Amino acid sequence: MASPRIIGSVVATAVIAGAIAAVAIVWRPAIAAIDPPAPQSFDSALVKHGRDLAAIGNCNDCHTVRGAKDFAGGLPVPTPFGTIYSSNITPDAETGIGRWSEAAFRRAMQSGVNRDGQHLYPTFPYDHFTHVSDDDDRALYAYLMTRQPVRAPARANDLAFPFNQRVAVAGWKVLFLRHGTTQPDSTKSAEWNRGAYLVEGLAHCGACHTPRNALGAEKSQASFAGGDVDNWHAYAINNQSSAPVPWDNDALFQYLRQGWHPDHGVARGPMAEVVSNLSEVPESDVRAIATYMAGVFGPPTEERKLRGDEALARASSSQVQPANGGTTTGAQLYVAACAPCHATDRAPPFGGINLALSSALTSPDARNAANIVLSGIRPSAGERSPIMPGFADSMSDGQIAALLDYLRTRFGNQPAWTNTSDIVRDIRRTQTVSLQRDQP
Amino acid sequence: MMTLKVNGQDHKIDADPDTPLLYVLREDLKLNAAKFGCGLGQCGACTVIVDGKAVLSCVTPLLLLEGKKVTTLEGLGTVETPAPIQRAFIEEQAAQCGYCIAGMMMRAQALLARNSKPTDAEIRAELQLNLCRCGTHMRILRAVHRASHLMQTADASPAQRSAP
Repeated sequence: MASPRIIGSVVATAVIAGAIAAVAIVWRPAIAAIDPPAPQSFDSALVKHGRDLAAIGNCNDCHTVRGAKDFAGGLPVPTPFGTIYSSNITPDAETGIGRWSEAAFRRAMQSGVNRDGQHLYPTFPYDHFTHVSDDDDRALYAYLMTRQPVRAPARANDLAFPFNQRVAVAGWKVLFLRHGTTQPDSTKSAEWNRGAYLVEGLAHCGACHTPRNALGAEKSQASFAGGDVDNWHAYAINNQSSAPVPWDNDALFQYLRQGWHPDHGVARGPMAEVVSNLSEVPESDVRAIATYMAGVFGPPTEERKLRGDEALARASSSQVQPANGGTTTGAQLYVAACAPCHATDRAPPFGGINLALSSALTSPDARNAANIVLSGIRPSAGERSPIMPGFADSMSDGQIAALLDYLRTRFGNQPAWTNTSDIVRDIRRTQTVSLQRDQP
Repeated sequence: MMTLKVNGQDHKIDADPDTPLLYVLREDLKLNAAKFGCGLGQCGACTVIVDGKAVLSCVTPLLLLEGKKVTTLEGLGTVETPAPIQRAFIEEQAAQCGYCIAGMMMRAQALLARNSKPTDAEIRAELQLNLCRCGTHMRILRAVHRASHLMQTADASPAQRSAP
């Protein structure tokens, strides 16, 4: 039997050898620096179009630290290979992309190479952005180059060898980067095709919702089967979806557009910024995304539809008969802490969703439920948003685990989660964004 | 029957384990500083301190308080000798109707205990969970800064004021 160390050496050697072979193939020269173009030199309609596209691309989410300047980068993005810090994409000449020509920007989007010719880590999802059209890249460029320049030097990434060698990325690209725009499917509607273009390209939905292999690339044979992001589970959004009620086109549209749906609950965690951005883009684009994704989910089977109807029936009957507790710790906690909002006839988003409809409780992964119970849902400054108190300061890990196990059994209608206590402890330790308090 | 430790005193409480702490404080112990606002953990008027942390007493059942120390506003100071946080809120006249203020003070007190000199942004982020309908937010902010200053200079004696 090979020891993990030997396997590790073999993998490392293979990665390096592959990288050296690959670098010759994918080496790219620097593109000449330009003087930062004057904001007035861009057409205002193009800038506006670029703003909508940047929102669909969710660019601000990774390229902005909470509470800091827009697009100035510096957000730590945890990966299995170490921490990568997002870059400054404001038009600052020294620390941003102020000296990037449109060609340099387009190359970064299509090939993951910066102006100097260095390979960018695929945390920047150019495996999706390579599908973005030249026209849309032009609009995005116009939008970003007309933002406020912010002086914010890049933070050094914290990666282990061999992943700290950018040349390794060249090997990764040979293996996993497929260029070219998605081909329209003439058998499908224009709306579906628009949705496919957005979802597979700029919106990069699969970056979170598709599982990744050992080298951090999306598993192409498991598209949208559910992935990990920031210690949250990005739900399966294909026919493996575990949502209590099957998703359809209208539900997807409402959820993506307004951030919640009465049969599915509210979008929170890393999805919160996505729906916030999608509330501001042309409605037709959100419709297109919903239409394409409804196809990815596929029509529900009869059995699946039946389960959905049962969940809806349970939800409405338990509203009439709220919270008959029981005597276990989990049941008592539910009655006192959850039922006042989640077992009333007050509809979402102002009342909590009936937990029979909660995707967090039917998911095979307990992390989202643990995240929500620990940190709650904080109000978003300046927008209408749901809120829920967190219980990190009043419940122990064991008490939260008891509550989660109770909720899973009573509402999830699925096999019990294992190791709930360990999951809660891990989430409490690593939950950096929602639980942070002294850094608004 | 359980023992509940509030403001340093043990109380024997005869209530179901899922009874919210707020009800026991107000109805059994007659400690009325913590207010019933929404009853849903959304407004912060019921905030008290449990083992140093600000907690919403309306969604905190008794069973979570076994062996813990509860502090209410009554436990911080009195009318004659107000605590620095209370003195600061009075001196900044931070209350209008005052319904939210006890909760505001308790959450601010918990903040100052772990961060003695919070920035404006830190205070705003912390008190985001406490709603004020009247709109004295700017005075509340000033009061928390003043309390921070009072605690650091150890000048916590009541200001010289004439009786009303």
